[in-house]
Amino acid sequence: MSGIPHDHYEPKTGAEKWLHSRLPIVGLIYDTIMIPTPKNLNWWWIWGIVLAFCLALQIVTGIVLVMHYTPHVDLAFASVEHIMRDVNGGHMLRYLHMNGASLFFVAVYIHIFRGLYYGSYKAPREVTWIVGMLIYLMMMGTAFMGYVLPWGQMSFWGATVITGLFGAIPFIGEAIQTWLLGGPAVDNATLNRFFSLHYLLPFVIAALVIVHIWAFHTTGNNNPTGVDVRKGSKEEAKKDTLPFWPYFVIKDFLGLAVVLVVFWAIVGFMPNYLGHPDNYIEANPLVTPAHIVPEWYFLPFYAILRAFTSEVWVVQFASFVTGGIVDAKFFGVIAMFGAILAMALAPWLDTSNVRSGRYRPMFKWWFALLVVDFFALMWLGAMPAEEPYASFSLIASAYWFGYFFVILPLLGVIEKPLAQPATIEEDFDAHYGKKSSADATPAE
Amino acid sequence: MFKKLATGAAFALAMIPAASYAAGGGEQHITDYAFSFEGPFGTYDRNQLQRGLQIYTEVCAACHGLKLVPLRTLADEGGPQLPEDQVRAYAADNFSVYDPELDEDRPAKPVDHFPENNNAGAPDLSMMAKARAGFHGPYGLGINQLFKGMGGAEYIASLLAGYTGESKEEAGTTFYENTAFPGGWISMAPPLSDEQVEFADGHANDVEAMSQDVAAFLMWTAEPKMMARKQAGFVGVLFLTLLSVMLYLTNKRLWAPHKGKH
Repeated sequence: MSGIPHDHYEPKTGAEKWLHSRLPIVGLIYDTIMIPTPKNLNWWWIWGIVLAFCLALQIVTGIVLVMHYTPHVDLAFASVEHIMRDVNGGHMLRYLHMNGASLFFVAVYIHIFRGLYYGSYKAPREVTWIVGMLIYLMMMGTAFMGYVLPWGQMSFWGATVITGLFGAIPFIGEAIQTWLLGGPAVDNATLNRFFSLHYLLPFVIAALVIVHIWAFHTTGNNNPTGVDVRKGSKEEAKKDTLPFWPYFVIKDFLGLAVVLVVFWAIVGFMPNYLGHPDNYIEANPLVTPAHIVPEWYFLPFYAILRAFTSEVWVVQFASFVTGGIVDAKFFGVIAMFGAILAMALAPWLDTSNVRSGRYRPMFKWWFALLVVDFFALMWLGAMPAEEPYASFSLIASAYWFGYFFVILPLLGVIEKPLAQPATIEEDFDAHYGKKSSADATPAE
Repeated sequence: MFKKLATGAAFALAMIPAASYAAGGGEQHITDYAFSFEGPFGTYDRNQLQRGLQIYTEVCAACHGLKLVPLRTLADEGGPQLPEDQVRAYAADNFSVYDPELDEDRPAKPVDHFPENNNAGAPDLSMMAKARAGFHGPYGLGINQLFKGMGGAEYIASLLAGYTGESKEEAGTTFYENTAFPGGWISMAPPLSDEQVEFADGHANDVEAMSQDVAAFLMWTAEPKMMARKQAGFVGVLFLTLLSVMLYLTNKRLWAPHKGKH
């Protein structure tokens, strides 16, 4: 599958040959787990495994939770408490699933920012990047609908606010919103369809994950230098790479185990820290919470959504040009989805022919500022919509777009990149010291 | 760590107009009581939960229900842990429930839940200790929750002990000044007074002590499996740490032949 030359599976026994000529599944698995992987990958590369673990964790705990949950407006809240109180191990299952969503997003954000720093999105990995962005979008949809299921106050009002965004679309918005909700407001029909989709989407994500892996197994992994693996011959490629199994499997499992220590401590000792107390109040359409706040992983984009009020000149301009069709609310929705689209477009907005941020002296600082900006937006998304937070949100949102649409295209032109190592081997040896090839025997 | 502030607000809204929350929103004062169940190794104090149950039964139950809590769980480990015959007697003596099969009320049994109580429009207390956060800051970041906990029980205890004695009448409703309640004025009259409940063991029964006892009890009703959860957390962290160490050593040995010596 990979473009890197390496040994392929050879069926030896009669039975193996029999199967291989009919269904080459063993060969497929062999090639997948033995893929040559740049040996200089650093610890930022473990998050893919963490993400795969999260998906499995959420599906397994989710399937068991469904056995005890009741998707009905009168019963949902009590059925979650039934899980917490009466089901064997139910409180752990539920807390694992709840915090599993947070771990999932921690991992995906680190994974995305790793890609942004090391230029993993650049040619020839654009398709991997785009599929990754689709997975991220699906994750957001799944997490949002999952948060509605316990039918607490924040479930209900979060659903009301977010589906209301679709109502902001000119002309057809209201019809779309009614169609999504299955009625004029968030109600039993909404809960049921969200439950159905919350169960479906993880399997769509799983399929996309396979495509994601397929894509980067075709191009080969990026690595911290951004320098390509030598593909001239098997011998050359072997100097730059090591097979995924066992080297990276063990390394990734080590990373995963350390992450899980922290995760398990949160689940065991402070499972509600990342949640919102209001969601322990049963949904009540007649009582609006003082602050409707999404889960932490939506906050940066929620901040962008709210930043563009009718007082902002860009919004007024857009409204004037379109004859009032694009109002502040719709502008905010466009900005929010635009912020994600901007990330997806990174492969074509970045004009630099150097992949890794390591060798880009100016890029480094702008990237660091983007990370700060992300956290700032996260904080601002949780603050009330009033001064000074509104102005801060606007500045932070502007930087988000500025980074992708102005800084990335410009840097490629004005920046003088540093010298890159000629090969991955050179980088690896510079870090770990050169090993004479004579004693480089496999550790098996 | 990216948390939101102002959660006691829904409570405020349930009882007072939103405007007075915004306007009167002076600093809430939440005392950081040292509860026995705080921290990774904290456990419920069984005696305290039993006192809290008694206070709930004699005082709070008049207006507030606990509809999500099964009476049988009073006998569970990691709770008030009453003997089973006492649970049976407690259920029958204190509550009656409607039985659809008999089509009439009968004395409650351990299989029933604590009854719902809508008489005074007071909120159900089953989840109250998790539905409120006592601590939010600094700057709405929720960092102090890392050190102090969410503060739900602290909020309840502070509220019960937080009456100043002032009251005012607005639109035919009497509001009582309370230093813990968002907005500062609550429609619940001070429920506790010194020596209102007599404990069999003669334990302190001033308002401050009783507030903490009933807050601890409500923490248990909201999180009855806390002790089992913490134990699972402890065992899990231990084994995962062990696994990490073993993987670290495996990984080191695996990679050693490919790395030069520095």
